[in-house]
This record gives sequence, structure tokens and C-alpha cells, in this order.
Amino acid sequence: MGFDLFVIPFTAGLAFLLVWFLYKTVEWLSHLNRVDRTMLRRGVISSKTVRSVKEVILESLLHRKIFRTNPLLGYMHMSLAFGWFLLIVAGNVEAMIFKPATIHPPYYPIFFRFFEPEAAGFPGAKAFEFIMDFLLVFILSGVALALFKRIRSRALGMKKTTRLLWYDRLALYSLWCIFPFRLLAESITSGIYQTGGIVTGSLGNILAGLIPLQSFEYPAWWAYSLALGLFFVALPFSRYMHIPTEVVLIFLRNYGIHTRNSYSSYSEIEVYSCSRCGICIDPCPMSEAAGIQNIQSVYMIRNIRYKTPDEEVNDNCLMCGRCNIACPVGIVTTDLRAIARNERHLSGNLHLTIPATSSPHHDVIYFAGCMGQLTPAVTQSMETILQQAGEDYLFLDKEESICCGRPLALAGRIAEAKQLMEINRDKILSSGARTLVTSCPICYKVFREDYHLPINVMHHTQYLHRLLMQGRIRLRSQNISLAYHDPCELGRGSGIYEEPRQILRLAGNLLPTASEKEKSICCGGSLGNTVLNQKKRHAITEYSLESLTINNPDTIVTSCPLCKKTFAQRSDRPVLDIAEVVKSAIFRDKDNIRIRENYQIPAEEFSS
Amino acid sequence: MHTRKHILVIGGGVAGMESAIHLCDMGYEVTLIEKQDQLGGHVLKWDFLFPDHRPAYEITNELCPAVEEKATIKLQTEVKNIVRQNGHFEVALSDGEKLTADALLVATGFDLFDAHKKEEYGYGIYDNVITAAELEERFQNKIPIRTAAGKKPARVGFVHCVGSRDEKVGNEYCSKVCCVTAVKQAMRVRESLPGCEVFCFYMDLRMFGRYFEDLYREAQEKWGVQFIRGRLSEAAEDIDQRIIVKLEDTLAGRPLRMAVDLLVLLTGFVPSEGTRRMATMLNLPLGNDRFIKPSDEHLRRNLTPVPGVFVTGASAGPRSISESISDARAAALEIAAWFNNSSQHAI
Repeated sequence: MGFDLFVIPFTAGLAFLLVWFLYKTVEWLSHLNRVDRTMLRRGVISSKTVRSVKEVILESLLHRKIFRTNPLLGYMHMSLAFGWFLLIVAGNVEAMIFKPATIHPPYYPIFFRFFEPEAAGFPGAKAFEFIMDFLLVFILSGVALALFKRIRSRALGMKKTTRLLWYDRLALYSLWCIFPFRLLAESITSGIYQTGGIVTGSLGNILAGLIPLQSFEYPAWWAYSLALGLFFVALPFSRYMHIPTEVVLIFLRNYGIHTRNSYSSYSEIEVYSCSRCGICIDPCPMSEAAGIQNIQSVYMIRNIRYKTPDEEVNDNCLMCGRCNIACPVGIVTTDLRAIARNERHLSGNLHLTIPATSSPHHDVIYFAGCMGQLTPAVTQSMETILQQAGEDYLFLDKEESICCGRPLALAGRIAEAKQLMEINRDKILSSGARTLVTSCPICYKVFREDYHLPINVMHHTQYLHRLLMQGRIRLRSQNISLAYHDPCELGRGSGIYEEPRQILRLAGNLLPTASEKEKSICCGGSLGNTVLNQKKRHAITEYSLESLTINNPDTIVTSCPLCKKTFAQRSDRPVLDIAEVVKSAIFRDKDNIRIRENYQIPAEEFSS
Repeated sequence: MHTRKHILVIGGGVAGMESAIHLCDMGYEVTLIEKQDQLGGHVLKWDFLFPDHRPAYEITNELCPAVEEKATIKLQTEVKNIVRQNGHFEVALSDGEKLTADALLVATGFDLFDAHKKEEYGYGIYDNVITAAELEERFQNKIPIRTAAGKKPARVGFVHCVGSRDEKVGNEYCSKVCCVTAVKQAMRVRESLPGCEVFCFYMDLRMFGRYFEDLYREAQEKWGVQFIRGRLSEAAEDIDQRIIVKLEDTLAGRPLRMAVDLLVLLTGFVPSEGTRRMATMLNLPLGNDRFIKPSDEHLRRNLTPVPGVFVTGASAGPRSISESISDARAAALEIAAWFNNSSQHAI
């Protein structure tokens, strides 16, 4: 076993990195709040840990999600992560076989060729020569792609790539240097001793004819060690901190921990897990349609990490959640952004003047919401349907607008929002209703997640679906082609994709669109953004309409009053809410038309 | 004298007719095409005009016979295709005819904003929400002002700026004539229904024309029309089919809820379908408001960057009738000046 001065940069860098990361991990775990800590404790000895290990292999090493974005981009990330991982493992195995029963210092397998230039004759020596060369070439192909991506990101499926900070660049360049230096150092040593695999051996022979190998050998190993050391020291301060942090994130996430209303230890782990790959930039409608490229989640998260808050970046976002779906690390970026928005200082007091009242007894409460009030065609259709179904209902906000509280919470007025929600809660519960139906996906999400109501909360898509399933209303299929737009809060926000589609298949001919379900593009009307000007909003609306009309439907259908209003201003064809479609397709007994079997949804469709 | 220059005027509203008359008087050969079966355009649908309450038919009664006498009129005709060749326009018409013109005058005008697009105002949903154009039609046909249920309205509301100065619908511009039209109609409603209360909901009143301010004063002093500054947020219907309007009274600084029996929407101007088609066909530049943009907003308001193509009337932005008529005469002169200049260059 040898030692040489040149191993110091590597060894010191690695030691620094390990100590730093250990310190960070202890800090994060000890700062977890009580609920999260309980989840962690319960999760460790469970199948969730096995699932986490599997996910670490699939995502941190193989980068399966990036493969789905673009195979070449996936290959690039995989060759670097998985290739390097295998190189380390294979190197250690090689060292162990060569000198069993010895505890090696960490640098020994890394610089194995330097210390054991003539190592041969041990079992599998030839195979190791080949494997180590193969892995090195595998990694180098990834480095080459990474270089190419900086010049032409489009070739790797990315229209825009992240703008980097200087410490990211330092880490990036040292990372790029590591493997070419290793190739050079190993080749020179192989050239001197006439050993090495196909690649290092042949390159060594070629170099022998060009340069005096002896005098280049030592500097080459120094360079390799320095590149490694530099990368390890820069890593904790750069985006590459994501490499170790993501492993922690995967475990905690599988234990059920997530970011809630305030910035937690887990939020910080999410922030450090962001690799700033920039995959969130292209799916952002703001980037593609409105040409705004400085506000995407990658930059918002970077601001949190380096404590450089920027209100403009935080505010100028539709909160549509398309980046959540795209993120290969699975960071819930919209939650982080909502917290960042709430950090601002609020002045002045608000006084709620709404009286608490109780409601008369009814089975079902219908709640239009303030946006629902702006689309009377929708509320009118819902009333017709409710009456048609013979429902005993109360239209809670028919006379007076009632706010669900979400706008107050979004503005950072959490306490006032809670007060308002208590008043609303009493209004709802005093009626004794067992079901609350709302037309607005935003209200739906708030009622479902924040009110903790002991009754059934449904969006009207779900409710209409239930009425059809129970046979309380029936539909006649219309000879009309429809395209369905998934509202952000109902689709990505609440996971309701199938009910509206099943309803629409009964009402007409449902055509596919270019960006369905979780890929749906925000209508541009989002209330989540209060700073975007109308022109840019219109650009986003048109971008979304383009996707919806790809198959030239007669009518665009959505299930959010805001989406409907937004599209209606720019669309060249009718835009309807699903309630309006149902109302016009509803089969009434006096219609005197023979009932066919397919008026009802087939039972098997409900199992999904 | 050379062979007579031929000008094709597209659109038979007041602007197209007035230009055609003057071009004929200057010795040009004029063909005027109109897609409807009658000349006159929007003015045909108005009962009486601001600021002097004169009947609208007096305008068409003067212009229609004059233009019919002087120019070649083709009704129910639209442009299908235009090709520019050797300084002429080869125009294919919807009736299959082809003609050659030396100059084109676009007078395709405006359409009224589709009130369905402001769904929160309930047009097409509540029976007692109508547009100002529909109210005018009732005036014209001497139909008494009644609610959908046939009752005398006790309270009528006028909503200004529907589809105008509204970023959300993409129309940031002022349509100019709606304010004074509301005042005109409000007075008429008060006159015909003495016991009826009339409210105008406005953002700010743009009484830009001569005598308009007098009309506004008269509406308040003589007729008791009440003006409330505030933009409607929404309208709802109560059990008696009355329309509940919600707005903020921005002078009193308070939210306001009020029930009216009839709600009249002052829909603004948008470029007509014909204007949009001509702009696309001839590659004419548009302003932010999507109306045709002339070469110079001060000195050459009828000239376009496409040689031989001219524009007049409301296809170049919202205009009152008198403005359109003045503009149409200016357009006739602009065309004549252009022919004179180009013939000098030819020599």
C-alpha cells in the first residue's frame, strides 16, 4: 500500500465533503418538526425503506424520469451518475481482490493504477482492465454530451437550459475535468508499464510516441486528484449538493413527509435537492408562450437556497403546477413558492364584517364561489340539473357572495382566512347537508383540504358523474365534437381527470388534445399571478387554445369558471362548462325518446 | 382626359356612401359593394341621433338615393379575392363577377361587441338584460319598453363600457360614442316611462363632442337620470326576474347592490368581420385596437401603406356618424390627390 503527496487534494476534499454532508444531514433531521419526526420513526422499519432504496437506484443513479423527458438527456445523466458509481464500486472490488484482507485508505482504489501499475495475475485482472476502461469511456460519453448540451441544448430536448452561478461553473468545470484527467493519467501510466485495457493501453502507446511519458505521469495524477478535490470542496456550495441530498429527500418523502404551510426542514432538503437541471423551464407556459425566462422554479428555488429573495420572481408565476409534474426530483415547487410569497411583510389590519348565520336544512349544498358568480350560465345549468335530479339542495351563495378564504390566504392573511373559514364552516354544517358541491376548482381544493369538513366535498364534475352513475340523470349523446381542458386546480391540483372525460364521452364525441391531463396548459387566467400583464396572459391563453384545438373540436369544454371566462375571450369557437354540456344533453322524460342502454355509464368505467 | 379611373368602395354604410358620392362628383367611376341587401349600414338600425334627437332615417334618406343615382351599386356582394397587377386591382366578387379597379376604398366599418363574452352581465342568460342596439330597435319599431314578462319597468340600468376599455376582453380602447348614446337613450326611457328610475353605471363619462355636455346636464337636471361611477362586477337574477347588479360606487367608496327591472348594455365597437378580412387580404397594418392603421394619424388619415388602398369610417377606429361623414369626404380628396400625383409621376 502506497502513499504519495498528490492524493492529498482528493482525500482532503472527500473528507471535507463527508463531514459537511454529515453535519447538514444531522442538522436537517434534528430540525424536523414533531409530526415529521414521528413519520420518520414509523417509516424507517417498514417497506417504505425498501421502496426508497429502489427509488434511489432508479432515480439518483439511473435517472429514469429524465429518460422519459428525453432519452439522450437521460443517458447523459445516467452515464455520469451510474457510470461513476460503478467505477467506484468496480475500483474497490478490484483493490480488494488484488490485496484482500487489508483495509485500504479511500484514495487507494481511486488511484489504483498509480500505486499498482503492474498489477496483474490476480483473478479477473484482464476483465477488470476491460471493465474499468469501459466504464471510463461510458462516463466520458456523458461528459461529451454535457459539453454539447451547453452549446446546443435543443439536441437534448431542452429549448432553454439554466443560467449558472459562478460556483456552479467552478464545480461544473472541475467535474468535466475529472474524467479526461483520469483517462490521461491512467493512459500515461499504462504507456510506461505497457499495461492497461483497450483504451488506456492503446492511448498510452500512442502517447509514448508523442511525449516523454515519465515526466508527464506525476503531473497528470496530480491534476486528476486536484480536479476531484476541487469538485468535492465546491459541491456543497453548488447545485451538485443535490447528489447526496436527493437520497435523503427520497427516504423522507417515502415516509410521508412533505412541505406544509411553512418552511420546514423538509423544505430545505427539497431546496438542496434541486439540481438546477432546468427541466422545469420548457414546460412553463410563461417561458414558452410569454417569453418570460427568469422566474421559473429553478430560479425561485435558487433564490431560497442562497437567501436572495426576489419578490418579482416569486410573484410572477401562474402556480399552475406544470413544473411539479416535470421535476425529475419530485420537488413540489408550488408549495415552496407559496411559502416564499408569504414571507413578505404585511401591514395594516383587516376586519371581517361578515355575520355568522345558520342555514336551513337541506341534503346538498351547492356553492358557486366568487368566480362561479361570474358565469351565470354555469350556475343556472347546475340549478336545472339539481332540480332535474330531484335533489333537495341549498344554493348557499345565491344571494350573497361568499368567499372560500383562498384569496386571503394567498395574500398572506392566514389568520383572517381562518376566521372567515370558521364562519363558512358553521354556515355549511348548520344545514345538516351531507354533500357540498362546488363549481370552482379552487374552492373545491380549499374546502377539501383546509376546512376539514365531516361531509362529502365534491366538485361538480364528480357530482354530475355520481348523478349519472346513480341513474338520477341520463344523457342523450349529441352529434358534437368536444375537447376537454383540465383546469390546473382540478387536474394537477386535485387529481380529477377521469370523471369529466367519462361524462363528456356520453354527451358527445370527445377528441384528444395536444396536452392532456397532468400536462394541461394553464388557461392564462390564473389568480395565482397578480403581476402578469394582460398581453402576456393572452399569449398564454392562445398557446393553451392551440393545444386544445389541435383536432378541431366544435366546442371546448372545461370545468372551471375562470378557465371558461378566460378562453371565451380569445377562442374562435364556443367554450362551455361541463355543467352546460350536461344540461343541454340531459334526457328528460317528456323528451319522449326511446331510452337506449348507453345513456348510462357502463359499470366497468367506474372501477377506474 | 384619360379613361376614367375606377374606384371600388367596399362597404355601403354612411362612410362608403358619402365617399362614393364625392368621388362620382369629381368625375371618377365608382362601384360600391355592400354585403347586406340594403345600403345604410348600422345607421339603418338607429332610431334617432345624438346630440339633437333628429331621426336617423334623415341621414340614409339623403345619402342612399344620391349614391344610387351616381355610382354602380352591388348589394349582397362581398369581395372574394384581390390581386394587384400593373398598378390595378383585379377583384373577384362573391357573385362571380370580376372587375378591375384603380383604387380601393375600405369602408367596412365595425361590429358591436358580442355581449355574450361578458358572461357575468348575464346577456343571453337573463331575459331582462338587453343591449343598447336592441333598445334602439324597440324605439325604432315603437315597441313600448317592457320587461320580459311584459311589465312596465320601475327601474332601468345602463351599463357603460361593455367590451370597451376592458383589458380582460382584449379591448383596451374607448369606443367613443357609447357614453353619449347611453345618455340619449336614458333620456328617452325617462320620457316614455315617466315614473321609471334610470341609472347609468359608468367608469368616467367622455362627453367629447359638441353639445354632448349639454345633453349630459339635461339628462340629470330635466330627466333625473342618476349617474353612478363604478364598474359592474356582475349581474344576477332574483326570483322575480329582476336583475341584481353588484358594483362599487367609487365616489361614495362603498359596495352597491341594486335591483333593476331592465339592464341595458352599451356594447362597444370591434372591427367588423369585413374589416378584419380586408386587412388580412390586403395586408394592411392594424393598430393595437385591431382597427386598420392609416399611414399617418394626423396628415394622411385615409392613406394606407399599400399603394392604391384607402380607408375610411369606423374601419379605422370607433367614430360617430358625423365624424365618419367628414372622414369620408377627406378620403375622396385623398384618393383624388393620389391619382393626380401618380399621373404626374407617370408623365
